[in-house]
Amino acid sequence: MAKVIGAVVVDNEECKGCGLCVVACPQDVLAQNKQVNSRGYHYSFMKNPEACIGCSNCATVCPDTCITVYRVKI
Amino acid sequence: MELKDIINPNNLVYEKPKLLTENTMHYCPGCSHGVVHKLLAEVIEDLDIQDKTIGVSPVGCAVFAYNYIEIDWQEAAHGRAPAVATGIARTNPDKVVFTYQGDGDLASIGAAEILHACNRGENMVVIFVNNGIYGMTGGQMAPTTLIGQVTATTPNGRDVGRNGYPLKITELIAQLPGTSYVTRQSVHTPATIRKCKKALAKAFQAAIDKKGTSFVEVVSTCNMNWKMTPVKANEWMVDNMFPFYQPGDLKDSSKTDPESYTPLKN
Amino acid sequence: MGELRLMKGNEVIAEAAIRCGCDAYFGYPITPQSEVMETLMDREPWDETGMVVLQAESEIASIHMIYGAAASGKKVITSSSSPGISLMAEGISYIAGAELPCVIVNVQRGGPGLGTIQPSQADYFQSTKGGGHGDYRLIVLAPSSVQEMNDFVELGFQLAFKYRNPAMILTDGVIGQMMEKVVLAEYIPRLTDEEINEKYGSWATNGRKANRQRNIITSLEMDSGRMEKNNIRLQEKYTKMEEEEVLFEEFSCEDADYLLVAFGSSSRICQKAVDLAREKGIKVGLLRPITLFPFPKKPIAALAKQVKGMLVVEMNAGQMVEDVQLAAGCAIPVKHFGRMGGIIPSPGEVVEALEQKLIGG
Repeated sequence: MAKVIGAVVVDNEECKGCGLCVVACPQDVLAQNKQVNSRGYHYSFMKNPEACIGCSNCATVCPDTCITVYRVKI
Repeated sequence: MELKDIINPNNLVYEKPKLLTENTMHYCPGCSHGVVHKLLAEVIEDLDIQDKTIGVSPVGCAVFAYNYIEIDWQEAAHGRAPAVATGIARTNPDKVVFTYQGDGDLASIGAAEILHACNRGENMVVIFVNNGIYGMTGGQMAPTTLIGQVTATTPNGRDVGRNGYPLKITELIAQLPGTSYVTRQSVHTPATIRKCKKALAKAFQAAIDKKGTSFVEVVSTCNMNWKMTPVKANEWMVDNMFPFYQPGDLKDSSKTDPESYTPLKN
Repeated sequence: MGELRLMKGNEVIAEAAIRCGCDAYFGYPITPQSEVMETLMDREPWDETGMVVLQAESEIASIHMIYGAAASGKKVITSSSSPGISLMAEGISYIAGAELPCVIVNVQRGGPGLGTIQPSQADYFQSTKGGGHGDYRLIVLAPSSVQEMNDFVELGFQLAFKYRNPAMILTDGVIGQMMEKVVLAEYIPRLTDEEINEKYGSWATNGRKANRQRNIITSLEMDSGRMEKNNIRLQEKYTKMEEEEVLFEEFSCEDADYLLVAFGSSSRICQKAVDLAREKGIKVGLLRPITLFPFPKKPIAALAKQVKGMLVVEMNAGQMVEDVQLAAGCAIPVKHFGRMGGIIPSPGEVVEALEQKLIGG
């Protein structure tokens, strides 16, 4: 069976740390960083990158369109 | 496979729509406006109508919408966007015109303008973002504020005796013969966002096909003024807003046929 | 020579709008100007020139329809009377702030409040000093005949587009309802989007083409520094109007010892008053401001060096008299004579007021 793996790239400076992507992820890939960006927001990051399936849910719910998604079938 | 092999233009499945500008949105973290703006940009791009679409953004949080989507925009006075859009649509019948209005703007100060524009069946799309509160001025009661809902001007909750009832303006709009498509959507989950995009695409297609007024309400959150986290605000919306403002299509037909009216006797 | 007709002032506004290539009229019925829209609806210009005519749900909606259409580069006109113009004040301020061209006709009636449907000139302050919020000016043209009702529609548009500023035709129930002979203008074709872009620059929101940035029409600016610059640019525009666009007319001023100053219908009464006074041996002249903004300060200042006093005749409690006093300075007396509530002064009353207030008869 073909496996799908994905990856997301968060624009750290554009992210406002709202956390909506974290709950939208079905694979528990994302989390909010303890670090803040230059505007003081806890930007999202892949804490569990191996689990990403590139479903784009995180990017779809992101109000600031700061997530880009990639997906590969292997 | 390593991360750097996945992150490759050939594997791209989701990116920022080209019609969104590089400007950072002024909205609060987690605000629904950002999602609706993104969908709007995607729909205009998909329909390839950016060279003939004119947006009207009146007073409210979305007054700066013109900073974010690469089309021609007019900023309008509070509540007057449907009149402004009427002026554009009537004199530019080859263009696609839409308004982007909040609940205070559309259902309170601009109630007359929206009802009459929809009743005339002006050829335009109305995007109505309803979060039940005045966002930009700091969280005062809106006409759509729920009974008991706490706002800056109803600190003990909306009281019907003092403040009247929440206004289901979309239900009113659906009664008007000039509207062809009236729907209520939301953007709180990936599935509802995809559904809302389809609704917006349908509304814009109706404008291209000159079907009169299409009206898309988006039940939304204002986490900042509701004083909740964005995630909690979505839950609150589902629990409290949806029972009163039920998502779904209210009307999906065409403008009322004038022949259906009883003719004058002489 | 164009077509000669006998017409009402209000009807002529409608006819002139069609003929000058107007793209749209948006309005709401109010006495004493309802004939403007009635004439347009009867003429059905949408079949002839493609002009849109729409009866809006209110004056508020009318003026914002004007905003939308004007912002897309269209040549658009509305008309109303005093209480309706008050309702439009919001939109007029936005139009001035967003720098859009349009023509607004005010067929004045008496106020305040619902007042009367009889003629008045009590909206002088409202028209020339702004009327809505913020520092802005309208170009204000005051016709005194049905012919000028015709001529000032196209003149108003020319000035409005030249300065990207709303122009107002400030008239009243006398001229709106009066029938006179008029030579109608020749037809001017309506412009296409391409012609609009070429003629007026490409600021209009008529669809972002690949060869330009998106156009944004707004009066909003949150940065105080930039907002002040916007205001300074507006003020420079108004100063340029004052230097270049002043229009006025003088009657029998060469040898005048006294000067009447009056605009619109009052100036017609004053022409007769000049004749009556001269029959009595009083050398009186008349200055009629045609543009109320920009105001003819210089000719009034020049005549202030010649005459012994000025009488400003208006159908109000004394409004333009303040501008005449500012222009004339303190060397000579500048008095006011006016009737209100819809009463039109007679030429005899004007001569009497002149004798009492200035000559001391």
